[in-house]
Amino acid sequence: MRLRKLVWKELFERKSQVITGLLAILLGITVIVAIKNITFYSEKAVAQELDALGANILILPKSATLENYYSADMQGEEFPEEYVERLTQSNLQGVDNLSPKLSVPVEVQGRRFTFTGILPKSEFQAKAAWQVAGISSRPQGCGTVVNLPGLTPDQPKETLVRTRVIETLNSTEALVGADVASSLGLQTNDPVTVMGKTFTVAAVLPQTGTVDDSRIFANLHTVQQLAGKGNVCNVIEIVGCCDQISKGLVSKINGLLPEAKVVTITQVVDTQIKTNRMMSNLSMVFLAVIVLVGGAGIANYMYGNVQERRREIGTLMALGAGSRFVLGMFLLKALILGLAGGLAGYVLGTVLAVILGPKLAGVVVLPMPTLILWAVGLSVFITVVASYFPALRAARLDPCATLQEV
Amino acid sequence: MLKMEAVTKTYNHRRPAIDVLSDVSLEITQGDFVSIVGPSGSGKSTLLLMLGGMLSPSAGRVEIDGQSIYDLAPDQRAALRGRKIGFVFQTFSLVPYLSALENVQMPLLLAGFDEQDQKKRAVRLLERFGLGDRLEHKPCELSVGQQQRVALARMLANDPGVILADEPTGSLDPETSAQVVGFLDQMNQDGRTVVMVTHDPGVASRAKRTLKLYDGRISHGGTMNSISVQNETPM
Repeated sequence: MRLRKLVWKELFERKSQVITGLLAILLGITVIVAIKNITFYSEKAVAQELDALGANILILPKSATLENYYSADMQGEEFPEEYVERLTQSNLQGVDNLSPKLSVPVEVQGRRFTFTGILPKSEFQAKAAWQVAGISSRPQGCGTVVNLPGLTPDQPKETLVRTRVIETLNSTEALVGADVASSLGLQTNDPVTVMGKTFTVAAVLPQTGTVDDSRIFANLHTVQQLAGKGNVCNVIEIVGCCDQISKGLVSKINGLLPEAKVVTITQVVDTQIKTNRMMSNLSMVFLAVIVLVGGAGIANYMYGNVQERRREIGTLMALGAGSRFVLGMFLLKALILGLAGGLAGYVLGTVLAVILGPKLAGVVVLPMPTLILWAVGLSVFITVVASYFPALRAARLDPCATLQEV
Repeated sequence: MLKMEAVTKTYNHRRPAIDVLSDVSLEITQGDFVSIVGPSGSGKSTLLLMLGGMLSPSAGRVEIDGQSIYDLAPDQRAALRGRKIGFVFQTFSLVPYLSALENVQMPLLLAGFDEQDQKKRAVRLLERFGLGDRLEHKPCELSVGQQQRVALARMLANDPGVILADEPTGSLDPETSAQVVGFLDQMNQDGRTVVMVTHDPGVASRAKRTLKLYDGRISHGGTMNSISVQNETPM
């Protein structure tokens, strides 16, 4: 016989008590695994949705208004393109994509459109200073879609709609919005003449339902040249990391560009921040409740178990069991309970998350194997810590008193 | 050899303090068979538990083979019990969720024997006590007499030199009592020291010597060659 067999047999001797004792920890782990699982997929879904919205920070001339977010760059005011350089040379964290624009109204074949100059990434890299401090060297992430030059293959130019940045756009290429293409009957590789210069349509952008559908995009420097306005922009669009925005990215940009107006779509950013924070807080609350309730439940069960087994402990001591053996006996039991509670809690929590996730959060939830370690680790930690003092009490029992022989 | 020198045990749980044992000194030589008799509350079980290293005295010294038991740390005392002392209890104190075989294996587990040796020795002992066909039975599935025999087999597992039996026949019918005392007698003949607390004069008479306790003090009865009585109080 071994110690673990002794513990195992005792567990099966008092099955109903074990189940009762385990219930609090099992339910706790189940709930927290379910929350963590749903939270993970929910945050992912929110991040993807926000990512699809594109830029969330705009840098505009000081006097510009933001009545229409999508046409904020069409108010006829400009600022120096040098602002872009200032941003890229700063060490600001959380600026994932950065797109300066200059928009001018144009007439093509008797129809009015907006001619917008954009700066492709290839031109950022052409400038030595930007290579060092440019966006490509910044930490990336936040769920936004980012292309790392040299590391990821070029994406189709249609992704401009979503990422706000494209890899390359030479001086004779143009991208046309869906309405422009349909009005002028344009397709990819067709020529189109704007402000006296003929461009080749590099891509027709998908329908967005915004003013972008009525835009013709060309290289920023070409538009600047054709408009005769020098190196200026109307707007710099930034896809900022929501976490960094919450940590004051907007005010940091304001500090860097005091002459400009920096605005963010607070509702969009707040939605993600609030969702993430709520889920995180909820998890923490449950974690605290589980540690307290689960720990108290296990400690109570263990104290009861020690009390019930006083005579048995006394007998074992009379047979030669030392305090370490008795301590080990109860801690091993706690370990087994913790493993069982953690594993069962993981399975139940995952099933709960997969079933309830689509109903509660509207997201598809898949099992997360990494949560097994987390669930088992937490469960074992709670059971062992909560059992330590009852186990110590057992190990320090007076064998004589427990046998009630006096 | 078991030795007590001027041992006193005082309980202070309630006022006034009570001396359960008062200045008791005795010597029990190797191979002796001593019965301890006396009225309830006279201190018999206290004396037995003290000899077994289970209850420390308030004053005085208890020795086994020249080693002062209560100068040892609690875990060292537990190890000493495992090596040298076998206990038999009135209520058998078997672990209820273990089979007869596993109960007998317990002291061997505590002594660090591997599983195979534990099993081999436990089976041999249970067969010796006529329980070869009850190996997998739990205590609740055994008769009272069978339970006491399992307890005796468990007590012998580590081959102790000293056997301390507290009312070993207290829960048994006369026939089973005689059988159990016969086993104790046989163990004594094997060279083990047996100290037995009992209320039953018939059982006590089976011992070589009888030690009488009254109000925590030793009186004498029978032939006390091996017991030096230094505190005599008439019963």
